[in-house]
Amino acid sequence: MAVSTIIPWERVRTVGSRLTTPLHPDDYLSLVNPLWSARELRGRVEEVIPETDDAATLVIRPGWGWRYNHSPGQYVGIGVQVEGRFQWRSYSISSPPKRNGRTIAITVRAMPEGLLSSHLVKGLAPGTIVRLASPEGDFVLPDPPPAKILFLVAGSGITPVMAMLRTLDRRGSMPDVVMHYSSPNAERMIFREELDGLSEKHEGLTLHKLHTDTDGMLDFADLDDFCPDWREREVWACGPSGMLDAATEHWKDADLEDQLHLERFSLEVGGEAEGGTVTFQTSGKKAEADGATTILEAGESVGIGMPYGCRMGICHTCTLTLVKGAIKDLRNGEEYNQPNEQVQTCVTAAMGDCTFDI
Amino acid sequence: MAIADVKEYTHLTDEEVEQIGRELDALRKEIEESRGASDAEYINRLIKIQRGLAFAGRVTLLLSNKKPAWALGASMLGIAKILENMEIGHNVMHGQWDWMNDPEIHSSNWEWDTAQPAEQWKHSHNYIHHQFTNVLGFDNDIGYGILRMAREQKWHPANLGQPVYNALLATLFQWGVALHDLDIEAIRKREKDPKVMRKQLRQIWRKVRRQVGKDYVFFPALTGPAFAHTAAANALANLTRNLWSYAIIFCGHFPDGALHFTEEEIEDETRAEWYLRQILGAANFTGGPLLHIMSGNLGFQIEHHLFPDLPSNRYAEIGERVRPLCEKYGIPYTTGPLHRQYGQALRTILKLSLPNRFTSSDRRDGPHSPEVPRGRRSDDERPVRRTETGGWTSQATA
Repeated sequence: MAVSTIIPWERVRTVGSRLTTPLHPDDYLSLVNPLWSARELRGRVEEVIPETDDAATLVIRPGWGWRYNHSPGQYVGIGVQVEGRFQWRSYSISSPPKRNGRTIAITVRAMPEGLLSSHLVKGLAPGTIVRLASPEGDFVLPDPPPAKILFLVAGSGITPVMAMLRTLDRRGSMPDVVMHYSSPNAERMIFREELDGLSEKHEGLTLHKLHTDTDGMLDFADLDDFCPDWREREVWACGPSGMLDAATEHWKDADLEDQLHLERFSLEVGGEAEGGTVTFQTSGKKAEADGATTILEAGESVGIGMPYGCRMGICHTCTLTLVKGAIKDLRNGEEYNQPNEQVQTCVTAAMGDCTFDI
Repeated sequence: MAIADVKEYTHLTDEEVEQIGRELDALRKEIEESRGASDAEYINRLIKIQRGLAFAGRVTLLLSNKKPAWALGASMLGIAKILENMEIGHNVMHGQWDWMNDPEIHSSNWEWDTAQPAEQWKHSHNYIHHQFTNVLGFDNDIGYGILRMAREQKWHPANLGQPVYNALLATLFQWGVALHDLDIEAIRKREKDPKVMRKQLRQIWRKVRRQVGKDYVFFPALTGPAFAHTAAANALANLTRNLWSYAIIFCGHFPDGALHFTEEEIEDETRAEWYLRQILGAANFTGGPLLHIMSGNLGFQIEHHLFPDLPSNRYAEIGERVRPLCEKYGIPYTTGPLHRQYGQALRTILKLSLPNRFTSSDRRDGPHSPEVPRGRRSDDERPVRRTETGGWTSQATA
């Protein structure tokens, strides 16, 4: 930190760019060390730690431009080149934020149909250079933490909560925490040993494990049994959408929605467009889409193999050509209406009738 | 002389033309689906080599007061600039590598090492030239508004100076390209939208200032007393690149076999007819792999015009499929050694500096067609853009 205040790096880079124009100095420096570039956030995979048969933790050393100031619970975009093409997904950071840190960790479970997750868990060699996107998300633990917390997690939903627990542990500020963790069986329970260790170490942490293969899914009616004071707790829930939907309903019925924090990996829609008929020129299919339906969803609804990656506007995998018509970016209301413009379909919706080249 | 209907010219039936279109579409799909790790490795390695060469050239020129270092540095820099402009910049800006999903090697934000802003290049080249290839009155690359390259273009006494203009264009090529999208003639006639003009001039000025600053102020200044030596070496590198890219580009559409078309051809032109026009309007040249890399694979001009956004390292392989297809249907496929292709272009430049009655045509396009008016079409007068010709973010007319 001290060095960066003594040497004004931004100014050095600006001066350097007069010599390297139209490229950036980083374009040359990254030839020496791939991490010496702030043009695109990148990182080097330092270690791949198997957690269970189908899950692994990737320890990544970020390059220039990375600030180790993520909030516990946030996720990060990771782009990996597979068959020459960058594929992007988002994963929760499982390591606690550390200002003087040198690495971050994400934990990934290989999904049977997930091309990238399998690649990350089984095929990623230490030393691989990956692209990163800045941490995002408001599924975070406030600082200072509330006095009473309930964590409801299932499967790989553990990862953001793990970052929160590790932060509470490291800061020595573990409040009264009840955690309910569902997993098909003991073997597939990620971080089970570390969690056991934490609950032994901290009196305030109570851990309830549920093995759904033998004991069935969590029924929210049972909540009163293992956590009778759930109405007094701030809740963070992360897991499959079925569980999150049930949680939403349960807390809504109790009129305590404000206490429930959910993590869903999906787009947060700000604005709304007018909607219209979306025509897919090559396949000749048409979809009626309202103003909150993205072009990507509209295409999928009529059975088109739309390209997609992060589904939240980070990775540009979903970019298609807007042949004619107008669309709106749901994140910021920006309009695109040029013929044959390249647009991201996962964050845009139709403004009247429009045509795409797919 | 120019062609009004490609079907009639090639004596093909509607069905045959559509069949050719289908075969080319299938070829495109096949290449698209087979793009992979080895292609990505190709462009990444080439970029590394190019940047390494540029860096080595600049470092060597720190000793530019020594003759051998001066010559070596200027050569390395010249080669680096050629690679950057032709095999990397031109092709990246076509979107040939967009499929990699790598924002650092992407048509939307690539800026190349020459005076023209990428934004204007993508309009004048990717769109105007690639969509309206060799259509008289539509493709501004038929002589670049400087040379008379078709017999249908009206002769003017000023054309007598063509041999001189040609030599100047070759020498100052990057500056000619820099001004190409401006449409000087429209400015002269006060027909150009002043808002668009101001915007374009601002873009050009910003780019030129940085380019000139780098080659003729900052790097020379780094070498102190050898300032003039370094500036001269940089000028030589730029000149080498100018002459080389000029020569390669003139071999693409000016050899005798590359035909011209009239406006009638693009009325209701189908996708298959567009393909056919690209084949008839372009000319290849032959050579080894190194020549092809140094010329941005534009020796496969026909393949490039059929598939401007497929990766250039695959053009050789595509050519092996396109040529038999042309032979099967009796479509002329123009190719020849570099010196012959350029020789034909030069002959046309010299011949057309005179009025038509003094010279004979060397080309084999159709019957003589009426003269085309000088000046350019505006984008509003043009048909809708094809998807292969890519996008540019801020419209030149906006």
